[in-house]
Amino acid sequence: MAFAFNDDSEKQFQWLLKRYPEKRAALLPCFRLAEEQQGFVDQASMEYIATRLELAPAYVNGVFTFYSHYRRPEDGKYIVMVCATLPCGLMGAQQVADCFKDELKLGMGETSSDKKFSLRKVECLGSCTTAPVAQINDDYFENLTPQKIKEIVGALKEDKVPPHISNGPSLEGGRCSYRPMVEAFPEGK
Amino acid sequence: MLIKDYKPVLFDGAYQKDEWTLGRYVAKGGYEAAKKVLAMPRDPNTRNVPAMIDEIKKSSLRGRGGAGFPTGMKWSFVDYKSKKPRYLAVNFDESEPGTCKDRVVGTYNPHMIIEGCLIAMHTVGIENAYIYIRGEFVEVFDHLTRACAEAYKAGYLGRNVLGSGFDFHVQPHRGAGAYICGEETGLLSSLEGDRGYPKVKPPFPAVEGAWRSPTVVNNASTIASLPFIIKTGADAYSMIGAKPGPDGKPVKNDSPGSQVYCLSGHVKKPGNYEHPMCLTMRELVFELGGGMKDDIPLKAIIPGGSSMPLMRYDGKSYTGSNGKEITDSLDMQMSFDELKKAGSLLGSAAVIVMNERVCMVSALYNLVRFYHHESCGQCTPCREGSGWLEKIISKIYHGKGKPDDFERLYNVATQMSGTTICLLADSVAMPVGATITKFKEEFQHICKTGKSMVVEKFGEKAIRL
Ligand SMILES: Cc1cc2nc3c(=O)[nH]c(=O)nc-3n(C[C@H](O)[C@H](O)[C@H](O)COP(=O)(O)O)c2cc1C
Ligand code: SF4
Ligand code: FES
Repeated sequence: MAFAFNDDSEKQFQWLLKRYPEKRAALLPCFRLAEEQQGFVDQASMEYIATRLELAPAYVNGVFTFYSHYRRPEDGKYIVMVCATLPCGLMGAQQVADCFKDELKLGMGETSSDKKFSLRKVECLGSCTTAPVAQINDDYFENLTPQKIKEIVGALKEDKVPPHISNGPSLEGGRCSYRPMVEAFPEGK
Repeated sequence: MLIKDYKPVLFDGAYQKDEWTLGRYVAKGGYEAAKKVLAMPRDPNTRNVPAMIDEIKKSSLRGRGGAGFPTGMKWSFVDYKSKKPRYLAVNFDESEPGTCKDRVVGTYNPHMIIEGCLIAMHTVGIENAYIYIRGEFVEVFDHLTRACAEAYKAGYLGRNVLGSGFDFHVQPHRGAGAYICGEETGLLSSLEGDRGYPKVKPPFPAVEGAWRSPTVVNNASTIASLPFIIKTGADAYSMIGAKPGPDGKPVKNDSPGSQVYCLSGHVKKPGNYEHPMCLTMRELVFELGGGMKDDIPLKAIIPGGSSMPLMRYDGKSYTGSNGKEITDSLDMQMSFDELKKAGSLLGSAAVIVMNERVCMVSALYNLVRFYHHESCGQCTPCREGSGWLEKIISKIYHGKGKPDDFERLYNVATQMSGTTICLLADSVAMPVGATITKFKEEFQHICKTGKSMVVEKFGEKAIRL
């Protein structure tokens, strides 16, 4: 399917171009624009971005595959990322992983057939003092226990906002976007 | 002795929901330091403010990203003869296992980072700063973006800031899940829109960095410390953590200022603790951290993020590489130079505490798996070496090791050090070397018998990662 930036993405894109001395530097932000617009980065959006930034599609693809954090078309609606690195490991990351596996009936690295959940092990999420930790999409869940995991998964299965989000002072809407800056300083430069 | 009455530099109080906003920051005296610095004239030839570089040198501020490099000195290495534009890259990749201090600053005090950027930019003569934030930190990106928007509206960023005649721009930039983008040249490659491949140094970024221009790379907490330093004065800052000398006069700490210690693992009260760097490991773990969780005895501590050599604390000694018997001390000061003397490094001040039930073979397996996964693959010794290490340790872990596997681990690790583009190879070699030296008997036992010594001792209660 063809991809093109919508008006909002286009506005951010034009602004981003003014923020870097070279076009190519807007590549990672462009992946985020595509991700925000359609929920994932796919082949079509990569080709589109390549054209817009005057880069070879193979180059764009190569850069994309270097990074693990973008959403791909095959990912579930909720990506459950369980931290498995040492500080979390010491505090029971294995039990957390097992608990998610049981609740979701999924193995590590798998996506459910209805594409609602993906479960994966990740490395240190930068929240080790509140281990064990998992991130689901954009949200952090800290000091996890089997009871909390049950409640979180229960809510997500019904597409409700899960309990126990610990992002700090969370804000509504418009996350991961340059919109506030574009509005505050449209000139860009 | 713990110091109670010092002013925190980074964690400046109880956090409210709107803590990140400009209103709150200005009410706390925010942007006063930037006003002071921006009023200072730039040298027309070098485009920098030499007096401010001297001031930061005098403060003895050392980088909080891992190496503890003196910030003022780094700024003086910038190629001021070059006619190219200069850039500031703020390292907010925070991916070293155990580290989680920048995240707190970025979530609650984004303006402190922006003000720090202004100070660094005017001092070095920079118009554009980029804050490279790891992709997972959505909240940090969100707050920094909104804080930048506020700063643009209020005239703290944009054109002719505060009547200085200079333009200043700060751009938050999201990474996407690659540990190696925390390495400064890897970060710059990624910022330029490429794979996060580190580059051979020299040239150092201060001479040729982003877009082949002189670039200052500093950790987010380093940058966030700048407003405080300007407000209190460099001399006062340099005396934070000083101890009385023989003649009663205070002697400067080798690492002035306060550090945010990220205390994780088996302690009663894990958390981020800010304290001048004169405190000891014992004070950090047993006073601030409340002691060992469930009062299970201590075994080992990694003092500076998972790349740093661990310390053995089960009361037993070990044979060091020089053949001498060594006992690690809990009364060692947690500063850059003192930890180095003790055979480890303060790194990012991420302190990971392990109790006696932890199987060290499994702990090391976990870390080696991490580094193998995060190696960018450019250098053969790092790519292959970390792979071999993982394979050998996996074999040992699963009880299939042979007695000479122990030697093999040691040999592979020593050959990796110092032969690669960046320090990731050393980051895996160091913990491997330290762990197998300090807990030799545990590795030899499992290689010989196929069984974990800790599991034999603690059964079900053993912690095998
Ligand atoms: C493999 C590797 C990973 C690193 N990761 C980080 C990181 O996540 N955050 C950081 O601030 N510095 C990291 N560093 C250190 C940076 O290369 C650099 O020294 C630092 O950003 C300099 O800032 P400072 O002088 O303010 O400490 C890493 C270094 C290496 C070798
Ligand atoms: S040492 Fe490892 S991580 Fe660093 S550049 Fe070489 S291969 Fe990449
Ligand atoms: S180890 Fe899990 S968040 Fe750091």
